[in-house]
Amino acid sequence: MSSRDSILAAVARNQPELLPLQEVPSFASEEANLGEKFSTVAVSIGSKVFRVQSIEEAKQILLKEHSGARRVISVFPEFADVAEASPVSDTDPHTLADVDLAVLPAQLGVAENAALWVTDAQLPLRVLPFICQNLALVVPQQNIIPLMHHAYDVIGAQEYGFGTFIAGPSKTADIEQSLVLGAHGARTLSVFILV
Amino acid sequence: MTGDTKAIKDHAALADAFNADEPRVNWHDETLWFIRQKRDKAAHTIPDWEQLRETASRIKHNVLSNLHDYLLQFESNAKANGIIVHWAADAAEHNQIVHAILQKHKVDRIVKSKSMLTEECHLNDYLAENGIEVIDTDLGERIVQLAKEPPSHIVLPCIHKKKEEIGDLFHEHLGTPAGMADPQVLTEAARQHLRETFLTRRAALTGVNFAIAETGEFVICTNEGNADMGAHLADVHIACMGIEKLIPKREHLGVFLRLLARSATGQPITTYSSHFKKPREGHELHLVLVDNGRSTQLGRENFRNSLKCIRCGACMNTCPVYRRSGGHSYHTAVAGPIGSILAPNLDMKKNADLPFASTLCGSCSNVCPVKIDIHDQLYKWRQVIVKEGYADKKKRLGMKAMTQAFASPTTFQLAGKAGRWFMRNVPFVVNNNLNPWYKQREMPAPPKESFGEWYQKNRKKTDE
Ligand code: SF4
Repeated sequence: MSSRDSILAAVARNQPELLPLQEVPSFASEEANLGEKFSTVAVSIGSKVFRVQSIEEAKQILLKEHSGARRVISVFPEFADVAEASPVSDTDPHTLADVDLAVLPAQLGVAENAALWVTDAQLPLRVLPFICQNLALVVPQQNIIPLMHHAYDVIGAQEYGFGTFIAGPSKTADIEQSLVLGAHGARTLSVFILV
Repeated sequence: MTGDTKAIKDHAALADAFNADEPRVNWHDETLWFIRQKRDKAAHTIPDWEQLRETASRIKHNVLSNLHDYLLQFESNAKANGIIVHWAADAAEHNQIVHAILQKHKVDRIVKSKSMLTEECHLNDYLAENGIEVIDTDLGERIVQLAKEPPSHIVLPCIHKKKEEIGDLFHEHLGTPAGMADPQVLTEAARQHLRETFLTRRAALTGVNFAIAETGEFVICTNEGNADMGAHLADVHIACMGIEKLIPKREHLGVFLRLLARSATGQPITTYSSHFKKPREGHELHLVLVDNGRSTQLGRENFRNSLKCIRCGACMNTCPVYRRSGGHSYHTAVAGPIGSILAPNLDMKKNADLPFASTLCGSCSNVCPVKIDIHDQLYKWRQVIVKEGYADKKKRLGMKAMTQAFASPTTFQLAGKAGRWFMRNVPFVVNNNLNPWYKQREMPAPPKESFGEWYQKNRKKTDE
């Protein structure tokens, strides 16, 4: 018997009587101001948050915040004069190693944990939001939802090859529990809430 | 670490060694207690916390009762997504599968992100013996790897190490200045060193936090971004998971991702929760489903619930014995309360001491996000181990007394001679009023004295 078959046989033999799968109860949040909740949590996990009216406004802020950035990639046409357009999908991901700043849209923001949902629909290359030194994500205010359950209400049936929740800059506390921002992924995360 | 001679030190002996340095033990204790408090704060911000735990627990019960079908469903969906699925009956087969994939691609250097399963299977040693270099990329894991030690905690691999020791390691291996112990500087040095590594390795190995039957995708949670850096840069991504990591639907992640990081470190969510559904265009994505004793544990009615574990580490952070004896005293890949339930299933003789390394205070069960009855299972393992004749003589006698005591709380409370004998011989069980009748307390105050003092005091009491 193959290992596959013997494992499956052992599992079938040993699993208990079927316990039905129940519906997940509908969890709700009492949070009145989702944008504010999102911002508070985002700042507490090391992100910077800006409320902007336009991509142009976000661009001006980023140019100031990251004035030293040499290589910038943005999928927004407003950045055309300062950034490379998004790389084609068969680009060797290693060539992104020197990206200083990547500017991308996020589909959703979750108020309870300030996580932003991004899939390969937004990502020209999967590695981009991780390998860049600094990351900026833009989310429309109306796409901020209260809890993770609400996020999965939206993305539960979504089709993607890769998707990720990003909550803050990469971090570690492995050395004596001291929090250090900028482990292996982006050192900073700027979130622009488009109102 | 391995071998089956009786020379292996048991938990108590290893705990003694850990306790030789008292300030260090206090520091270890306080650090973990601090993390436990962060968990409490995070849990208390969620009004529905208890309902979330209950929901998670029920989903996991359903998974265990329908695992056969979920495995089939997952396999067929993952294959349809283009993932290459492998099955490994045990650690040896797991290691061979990984090795064969690397051989096929002529890869002899890989990066690995955190995977307790590969620790359980001793994959690094196996690959090293076969001429393959593995670099662990989680900072804590890299640190213990440089120190040639196993991780001492499933979430915080080098929680037992002082920054000065890490500074020395980095000075030796990464060329940081002698005496440099600033976490910021050391982390930056590791970032530079590992970035170079990420950019030059063609295969990446990762663990899996959750796999979803309905969609055939899997999810990896990290704070550092190391799993993603490895996986998205490499030509070949190999993900390894125990068969119990399945959940039925994608929407269930809403429940588990709310619980995992809050229980682990008190964060609202890990920085990255990455969902891998299909391989990158033109690249290979392998997934190895590993049994290694899990199907056996599934058949042990009293212990099958341990398979609900989502590896958050909360039971370790809260455990007074873990905090004061250190992860290495458990001599097994997964330490602490949950490790002490999982290990005897794999090797009852070698791990016979572990279910005794507990006060049975129940704090672990109270913090567990999937409501595993951890301390009850530890107690039940003691009975099995004694019955099967694996306990040493002292513990065998202890068990007899314990069984009597547990049978009647009055006997226990009024216990004169018997109770004193009990404390002398089974010191883990009674001290500071830590006993199964104190279940209603979420957590006893952290013991202030050292493990040794604590132990001694209880021994002395018996002589009063
Ligand atoms: S047993 Fe529970 S508390 Fe312990 S690691 Fe597993 S899920 Fe977390």
